[in-house]
Amino acid sequence: MLPVLALTGVDKSFGAVAALRDARLELFTGEAHALVGENGAGKSTLVKILAGVHGPDAGQVLLDGAPVVFGNPGDARAAGIAVIYQEPTLFPDLSVAENIFMGRQPRRGLGRIDAAAMRARTSDLFARLGVRIDPDRPARGLSIADQQLVEIAKALSFDARVLVMDEPTAALSGVEVERLFAVARALRDDGAAILFISHRFDEVFALCQRVTVMRDGRWIVTDEIGNLTVEGVVRTMVGRDVSALFPKLATTPAEVRLEVEGLTRRGFFQDVSFTVRGGEIVALAGLVGAGRSEVARAIFGVDRYDAGEVRVDGRRLRPGDPPTAIAAGVALVPEDRRQQGLVMELSIERNATLPRRWALSRFGLLFGGSERRSAAQWARRLQVKAARNTDAVSTLSGGNQQKVVLAKWLSTAPRVLVIDEPTRGIDVGTKAEVHRLLSQLAAEGVAVLMVSSELPEVLGMADRVLVMHEGRLVADIPRGEADEENVMLAATGQREAAA
Amino acid sequence: MAPDTQAVPAGTTGPRWPLPRRLLGSWDAVLLIALAAVVIVAAASVEGVGSPRFYRFVALEAIPIALIALPMTLVVITGEIDLSVASTVGLTCSVLGQLWHLGVTSLPLLIGLSLLLGAVLGAVNGVFVTVFGLPSLAVTIGTLALYRGLAYVVLGDRAVADYPPAWTRNAVAPIPGTVVPWFVLVLAALAVAFGVLLYATPVGRSLYAMGNNAEAATFSGIAVLRTKFWLFVATGAMAALAGVFWTFRFASARADNATGLELAVVAAVLLGGVSIFGGRGGLVGVLAAVALLVVLRNALQLASVPANTLTIVTGTLLILSVVGPNLVRATRERWRRRRPTTTVEGTPS
Repeated sequence: MLPVLALTGVDKSFGAVAALRDARLELFTGEAHALVGENGAGKSTLVKILAGVHGPDAGQVLLDGAPVVFGNPGDARAAGIAVIYQEPTLFPDLSVAENIFMGRQPRRGLGRIDAAAMRARTSDLFARLGVRIDPDRPARGLSIADQQLVEIAKALSFDARVLVMDEPTAALSGVEVERLFAVARALRDDGAAILFISHRFDEVFALCQRVTVMRDGRWIVTDEIGNLTVEGVVRTMVGRDVSALFPKLATTPAEVRLEVEGLTRRGFFQDVSFTVRGGEIVALAGLVGAGRSEVARAIFGVDRYDAGEVRVDGRRLRPGDPPTAIAAGVALVPEDRRQQGLVMELSIERNATLPRRWALSRFGLLFGGSERRSAAQWARRLQVKAARNTDAVSTLSGGNQQKVVLAKWLSTAPRVLVIDEPTRGIDVGTKAEVHRLLSQLAAEGVAVLMVSSELPEVLGMADRVLVMHEGRLVADIPRGEADEENVMLAATGQREAAA
Repeated sequence: MAPDTQAVPAGTTGPRWPLPRRLLGSWDAVLLIALAAVVIVAAASVEGVGSPRFYRFVALEAIPIALIALPMTLVVITGEIDLSVASTVGLTCSVLGQLWHLGVTSLPLLIGLSLLLGAVLGAVNGVFVTVFGLPSLAVTIGTLALYRGLAYVVLGDRAVADYPPAWTRNAVAPIPGTVVPWFVLVLAALAVAFGVLLYATPVGRSLYAMGNNAEAATFSGIAVLRTKFWLFVATGAMAALAGVFWTFRFASARADNATGLELAVVAAVLLGGVSIFGGRGGLVGVLAAVALLVVLRNALQLASVPANTLTIVTGTLLILSVVGPNLVRATRERWRRRRPTTTVEGTPS
């Protein structure tokens, strides 16, 4: 059988960096195919070549066995390739139906848009997908999962034969993932080819029939899922054994560092109170939208709050003022590193020293030498892989970008580290490094508050697990008692445990 | 990522472009070369260009534009703009003239009050932009009209021109033994101050950060709004200083002083390579652009080119200023790609 879509011997370089070298891929109709690899392995570049965003430097893209050249994303779409990115790109103020048919609206006489037909066809698509979304509602306010379903409906609307999903589940809760997978399986059984990119192996093994592993821009292996184990895939990805993913060292908690009392921001969270001691890692778990990141942002002062207070080492922080929070020893590694964590166009050097620009200056002057030395030291300590520290951080892979964010904040010698999704979208090897680092920081006496959606990470790293549900803190579970079941029960509001 | 790049140990600064190439490939260099070319060609072909008198005149023309372009560069780097500057000049001139007319005869007091007024006018812009969160383009188009209107309220159609001759003579006096107006020294000192602020202080670092991504800047503990507010105040004060200079240079305070000057300033800032979207650019290019625009304009005037044509030239340069830096960047990118191996191997291990 001929693969519906194939890549052979594809090379792609960006400047000095070879992103792909002899990349290969074969997708058959009716299969769900996983593409896995560490960050920087070239997965995203490969997707962009399939999507027509980039053209390959060498090698071929074969559609039904015939070479094709996609000059732009429109060509790829016309060939029946639909790509769903991690962050859906809908027009928030247009209706769901308008989003799906943007640029291809059904017409009536005189070129007028046929709203009724558009609505009806949208309803048909949703019926096929088995989802209930009102075609007339605006896209704004849809959950990420629903937005992805809208993107899938859009893909269906032009009869996509190949559906590429680039880490679609990174921002989804368990129930939402199940719904997405049900849809994906149905499409696959209808004869579509699905390329699924994910760092979550349970999902890969639940959904896919075959797996392709990439490393350093190269194709390594493609195999049936039945012949593989999670450990084996991880070993192939990183090219080495990854032991102990979550090495939290035992520490004796010291005095209370961070106190949050009655913190309320209307519409986001209510009456949140907890403490974190030096040496402790406290996880803040819950479903997406439970208000965890919002609490983290309020503590750091990026957002204001309506009531309550935050104290560090007994001293009250001024609300809504990040500079005073930083001066008090608080650091926030935000959820969205591309938009909040880093200034992508600036160099590694500038990003890594941004919060300390005053500390590095002398008499208010900053000539670059102290920044260069400090950045070099931290980049070495965290093993940031980059050609030059003067390169823009946008040229780095996701894992290395996260290391720069960590360098930026660890260099401030924080007393309280608030870290939001510390390992989202980064590869297994870097993940283990980040966990080791957090554990080491706790051992040095830092109070760590970790917001995380990944249960294994929460259970492996945390001394205590706080669980939020719909803006309220509903559980405070010590390490010994925390397991997947009681955390999930609390997160879904099934258990109102004493907080 | 390629293994050989990965093999590079973290933390090395690595080689940068060799200095000559970095300089040659920059927009600043393009401007300086263009400036030199214009000067040489004009001096050779137009009667009167190249004379000391010509350059004295060019300097006097350039001073108010450059004074305002200094803070404007910083404002545009943060992704904002201030179009009310020429009206601020006009209102400052009117108030200064009216104060003199009403009997305020202390020069330091007049200058001090003018600068204070400029700072207040800038602060009004700043409040609208940072407190109410309105786009600076809209706000300063509003105050462009508002401040000019107020200037007419203050002074009407009159001109106040009866200043002590010593003041007006001193304003344009040359440095002894040269033809260079002494006010160029004030400009130079301010240029150095702004240059240090932009290139060698924590504030300068934060300006580039917030111009590229205000959200990430906020998450890095940068007080984005507060910084922008003070930039608007500084812009107002500098425009007021330009107004004081303007009044005494022409020995005339009128409500319509400096009408349209904001276009010259914005043209210089953009031609100087500052990105209208923020986050990119610097003062060297902007000052070169001010000189280029003023020399070109005056040389063409001396060559009896009609005023209409002059406007067309300025407009064309403005378009070039938006296209040019991007073109230079794209070319540099291509150079870099053409020599990928050298960059990697050149990295010390």
